[in-house]
Amino acid sequence: MQPVATTFFFYMLSGIAVLGGILVITRRNAVHSALALILTLLSVAGLYLMLYAPFVAGVQIILYAGGIMVLFLFVIMLVNLEKSQKEEQFNKIWLIGLLGALGLGALFVGVFVRSARSSNDIFFQLLRRPLVAFADESNTQAVGQMLYQNYLFAFEIASLLLLVAIIGAVVMAKKRIN
Amino acid sequence: MPDFITGYLSSNKTPGEYGSVFWSLVYIFLIFLGLSVAVIAMNWLERKILAHMQVRLGPMRVGPHGLLQPIADAVKLLIKEDITPSAADRWVFWIAPVFVVITAFTVFIVVPFGPQHAVTDMNIGILFMLGISSLSVLGVVMAGWASNSHYPLLGALRASAQMVSYEIAMGLAVVSAVLMTSLDKDGTGTMSMIGIVQAQQAQQTWFVFKFFPLGLIAFVIFAIAMVAETNRVPFDLPEAEGELGAGFHTEYSGFRWSLFFLAEYSAMIAVSSIAVTMWLGGWLRPFPHALSGETWDTIFSLVPGVTFLFLAALSFRATARMSNHPYFKFQKLGLGAFGLLLALIGIVLFISTDAIDIRGKVQDVFWFTAKVAVFMYLYIWYRGTFPRYRFDQLMKVGWKVLLPLGIAVLILTAIGGIIF
Repeated sequence: MQPVATTFFFYMLSGIAVLGGILVITRRNAVHSALALILTLLSVAGLYLMLYAPFVAGVQIILYAGGIMVLFLFVIMLVNLEKSQKEEQFNKIWLIGLLGALGLGALFVGVFVRSARSSNDIFFQLLRRPLVAFADESNTQAVGQMLYQNYLFAFEIASLLLLVAIIGAVVMAKKRIN
Repeated sequence: MPDFITGYLSSNKTPGEYGSVFWSLVYIFLIFLGLSVAVIAMNWLERKILAHMQVRLGPMRVGPHGLLQPIADAVKLLIKEDITPSAADRWVFWIAPVFVVITAFTVFIVVPFGPQHAVTDMNIGILFMLGISSLSVLGVVMAGWASNSHYPLLGALRASAQMVSYEIAMGLAVVSAVLMTSLDKDGTGTMSMIGIVQAQQAQQTWFVFKFFPLGLIAFVIFAIAMVAETNRVPFDLPEAEGELGAGFHTEYSGFRWSLFFLAEYSAMIAVSSIAVTMWLGGWLRPFPHALSGETWDTIFSLVPGVTFLFLAALSFRATARMSNHPYFKFQKLGLGAFGLLLALIGIVLFISTDAIDIRGKVQDVFWFTAKVAVFMYLYIWYRGTFPRYRFDQLMKVGWKVLLPLGIAVLILTAIGGIIF
């Protein structure tokens, strides 16, 4: 397989993702924020494709963009937007948010710089491995084998958690239980 | 000719696999053109067939037997005033139809019209198709919300609730077919659209007949869910004309409305081609193994040409039966010319020499298209016969019938795979 992942696509997709992220937090209209979030999620799916993880990209589109965001939009659309737009934001949390974002960004840069310096770091080795090495035809099979063999217990725990959440939602939605 | 054009022709790969930008663009253009023609043809056929089912004539005035009616409609839609409601959210109102059309057309990247006739072959092909078509729900929701009006919002809510519910049943049916691809000798399944058809070829059966009746049940689940996905009768609640105005696109008019129309029909073609690929052997001709050999190959290879000649004969018959009144002179000439065109296509499809083997080359595409066409006819047939579901019945069918059935089929298919 020829590597199609060029630097141009990387910067384009990351740019769109960052732009979408900024739009999410700056739009006053919650529906616009949700749409910007969809843009971000889709470009992240594109980034997964560039990392030769087509299965993850497909699942990202189906679950996040197609499933979760539809539910988000559902909820937002049914809320009275005009009222919430006029209301004054009472929690001035943006300062803490900014500090948190800067801290996280610094952490990322720090880890990257540090592991790029020491050549026997495991993260560095992963970084330097050509991505094409991962690009075989059996990406989906590899994910399946990992999930159902190596991490079966974690997978089952996660599904149990989801089941509990579903039952909880049904119980809460039911008006009377006899 | 330069190498980037000719090099691909002898490669027996999809343009995406070969990495040829030029041929990818050619394929995209051809698919776009073919889809547009198919939508136009569907528009005409739907009215004509529905009319004949209800013992009417249908469009008769614009062109012979109303053949030019879709073009007249398209012109009407294009020059109609395009109204944006003053209270609408301009941006979202503008983006929604574009989004729906983009998702409806993007899925055709992986649709395999033949072993090398797809824009590209992804190894997540079917996942890609389901994912992108699930995105069209977002367009519907956006359209309903952005109109800032009650009826579209209600229509959008109903549409998205319906599409989200039936997506699950659809996905389960697809998963059981994907599972069947792994039941060959070396046991590696695939999600690539081309790979799925090749698996059916290798296992010498269409998946609809595999583990009878498991494959058939999965296919029926998909066939029901895909009608609900595309919001067609009997699941057309989102645009139930009598109750909700026109559902989510009530406020749309002119060109933007026609985009929704285009998207609806190309989505119908897209889900039909998923069904054909997964269960009906994609581009494979009927009985490739039971009736194999030189003679049968030749007989089946004549079918495309014969089909077109038959259509030509039909239109010649209609020409002969048309009134001889001078008012009908142009109509008669037009229909005759149309018949001649069809006959010409039919004759061209017979050509099979060493230099240009058209008859052999069109086989895959013809069988795929023919199978999809059957589904398109079914859509019209449903519309002519079934009454509409009530909303609670719709939800009941989706969640309490199709979903458990889908899970049962999936588990039984897995058990069948272990045993056989």
